[in-house]
Amino acid sequence: MNGRRVVVTGIEVLAPGGMGAKNFWSLLSEGRTATRKITFFDPTPFRSRVAAEIDFVPEEHGLTPQEVRRMDRAAQFAVVAARGAVADSGIELTTLDPYRVGVTIGSAVGATMGLDQEYRIVSDGGRLHLVDHQYAVPHLYNYLVPSSFAAEVASTVGAQGPSTVVSTGCTSGIDSVGYAVELVREGSADVMIAGSSDAPISPITMACFDAIKATTPRHDDPEHASRPFDGTRNGFVLGEGAAVFVLEELTAARRRGAHVYAEIAGYATRSNAYHMTGLRPDGVEMAEAIRVALAEARMPAEDIDYINAHGSGTKQNDRHETAAVKRSIGEHAYRVPMSSIKSMVGHSLGAIGSIEIAASAMAMEHNVVPPTANLHTPDPECDLDYVPLTARDHRTDAVLTVGSGFGGFQSAMVLARPDRTGS
Amino acid sequence: MSGGGETPVTTGVVVTGLGIVAPNGLGLRDFWSAARTGRSGIGRITHFDPGQYPARLAGEVPGFVAERHLPGRLIPQTDRMTRLALVATDWALRDAGVRPADRGEFDMGVITASASGGFEFGQGELRKLWSRGSRYVSAYQSFAWFYAVNSGQISIRNGMKGPSGVVVSDQAGGLDAVAQARRQIRKGTGLVVSGAVDASICPWGWVAQFASGRLSTSDDPDAAYLPFDRRASGQVAGEGGAILIMESAENALARGARVYGEIAGYGATFDPNPTGGRGAGLRKAMELALTDAGLAPGQVDVVFADAAGIPELDLAEARAITDLFGPCGVPVTAPKTMTGRLYSGAGPLDLATALLGMEEGLIPPTVNVEPSPSYQLDLVVGQPRAAQLCTALVLARGDGGFNSAMLLRRCRRNPTGPTTADSF
Repeated sequence: MNGRRVVVTGIEVLAPGGMGAKNFWSLLSEGRTATRKITFFDPTPFRSRVAAEIDFVPEEHGLTPQEVRRMDRAAQFAVVAARGAVADSGIELTTLDPYRVGVTIGSAVGATMGLDQEYRIVSDGGRLHLVDHQYAVPHLYNYLVPSSFAAEVASTVGAQGPSTVVSTGCTSGIDSVGYAVELVREGSADVMIAGSSDAPISPITMACFDAIKATTPRHDDPEHASRPFDGTRNGFVLGEGAAVFVLEELTAARRRGAHVYAEIAGYATRSNAYHMTGLRPDGVEMAEAIRVALAEARMPAEDIDYINAHGSGTKQNDRHETAAVKRSIGEHAYRVPMSSIKSMVGHSLGAIGSIEIAASAMAMEHNVVPPTANLHTPDPECDLDYVPLTARDHRTDAVLTVGSGFGGFQSAMVLARPDRTGS
Repeated sequence: MSGGGETPVTTGVVVTGLGIVAPNGLGLRDFWSAARTGRSGIGRITHFDPGQYPARLAGEVPGFVAERHLPGRLIPQTDRMTRLALVATDWALRDAGVRPADRGEFDMGVITASASGGFEFGQGELRKLWSRGSRYVSAYQSFAWFYAVNSGQISIRNGMKGPSGVVVSDQAGGLDAVAQARRQIRKGTGLVVSGAVDASICPWGWVAQFASGRLSTSDDPDAAYLPFDRRASGQVAGEGGAILIMESAENALARGARVYGEIAGYGATFDPNPTGGRGAGLRKAMELALTDAGLAPGQVDVVFADAAGIPELDLAEARAITDLFGPCGVPVTAPKTMTGRLYSGAGPLDLATALLGMEEGLIPPTVNVEPSPSYQLDLVVGQPRAAQLCTALVLARGDGGFNSAMLLRRCRRNPTGPTTADSF
């Protein structure tokens, strides 16, 4: 390492119930939930019928009619969030060498919503095996290959440096930021516009999660359907959204007098090499990712003030994650608050990792840790402090955020105040 | 022979194994015997009847029977691209002489690229959803089609728990994945499986690919994909790619591995206007790769072109190359004229082809093309060209404006210490 340190200087979030970083934080700090009965399509045939949807009117966020036509909903989220993050950072990208500004956007399922809709048309409702190209939208290729998301973001902010989409399932949102941090550290870029976006609430996604019983079948009480770490939880609630950051090298950020939210001090990803959707209860691989991320941050586990959990609300995950945290940070696991914001904004697959990084940075900003909503009767096998129901005032100088996903990927990231670490 | 290089040999990242699944050859040996002699794998689509579509030619991987190579339980849960990737990985590991069970599980990572995911699998499940109902959708749809599936399945099959990753940057992504693998090896991981395999030659994938507006509508396999030719009028798409076993040079030398070459340099840029500005973004990516490797343009022995087959894109690439190397200043080739464009698989397959060419001292040809003199390229056409190759520069461009360039080096002179040339 050449000593280049990377900090977050701009944040924008599009989340269910929380459009814009400020509204997002209000939702979290007030412990409100944004899950509801699905409105995008008739959910009656499905086992799971709740989701955390965004009421998104693209034109209200400055997108032009042609931008709306050529972009899938997730690409629209990414572009709006990227513009917001750049504005929040106050950085003047036009004053920089554009080849030193890059983009990484995470997404687990790309343009799945657009593909689902377009397939229905070109196949005439599934009747045609030889689907009819004459009914395809002109920008279908942008849906086929989701690097179009990164291309749209790079074009809108004027970045000409290294750009890509990172797609590692449900850890994409951490891995995209981690990838960007490595580019700045090694000197391949000075500024990265990094984050993630997903808009998966479509019939095909609901159907495949129904098939493996991953999403909750509980639809009598949609507002309280996402219940991580609660003994009554029985699956996650699908969500959508995006979060994008401006990442800069620390000295450059200080030179221009930027507001620094946090340093990305450590990051690691590991695989469980076990099962595409299953987790071993021992949490060994997530623990290894946490251990390596802490080592990269040169931070003892005791310095972690808050853990932003993956906390998807499946029994398997909640126990796996609890074990991983105990295994990696020992007794400190029982002292540090750990919560899941998926209880409020649902699980937006590849986007949620970045949304959770935003929540972590804002917890540091406000010295408040968000709660795990809907946690009334803890699973006895999940015996840590999950910050039930209400946010808590809590001095927060360093945060660990973790993610776990299909494919067996386990990721961990450490955020810290830059004047605290690396000394 | 080129030389130079300032970093000690032991800090390099090298390729020690290749697994190839290409339209003109299944497996390294078949592929190389085709590529070195200019045998093409482009033909009329056989995976489905393409008669009703405007584009009917593709590069399909011939003779691949997954059941011969993979356990039966993997078949229903995998798309064709994943089966090809798993088998290519098996072959690459065998080629490298690596048994994953003998190594530390956290010391092996998997970093691949994807472009369209498991699209054929997705088509089957979408059809069930819309024609029969949501209850008929397979449980495997939750992962079999998504972009991360190849990395996940490779890690599971081989017990690899180290740093993982998946990048998507259209056709440029394969090189980006290899660069990310090099990054992780530099940070301390001993071995990374990298590269990419893509396959989406199914009706739904074909319609989506055709929407790019770039596919050739020719029915003549020898005239459909003619980069840098006056007749250039489009591309042929293909399936397949290559998997590379990458290790630190230190590890590879310590275990006495055969080393194909070093990943010596890499650069990536984004060009919002890829056909304007004389290919400035692509040129910048090449310059970054050269700087990264510590080499001057005169030390590059061959360029593997992106070779779009679209006149404006060919012009931009030719200008980027001639601006940097001078008119006809370096041999240029496009073996992908024999395979079609393999999306994220293209860059890794070109890396493999370049490494094999370096080993034999031969530049595989660009087939069917009569180069237009206006491009001022020394294009290797028709026959392979014998050449001492110490370095090769591989270029890849992705739709939307992604440019990646990767420099390979086979041998290195250590200017200060004892000569280690030809160790690689």
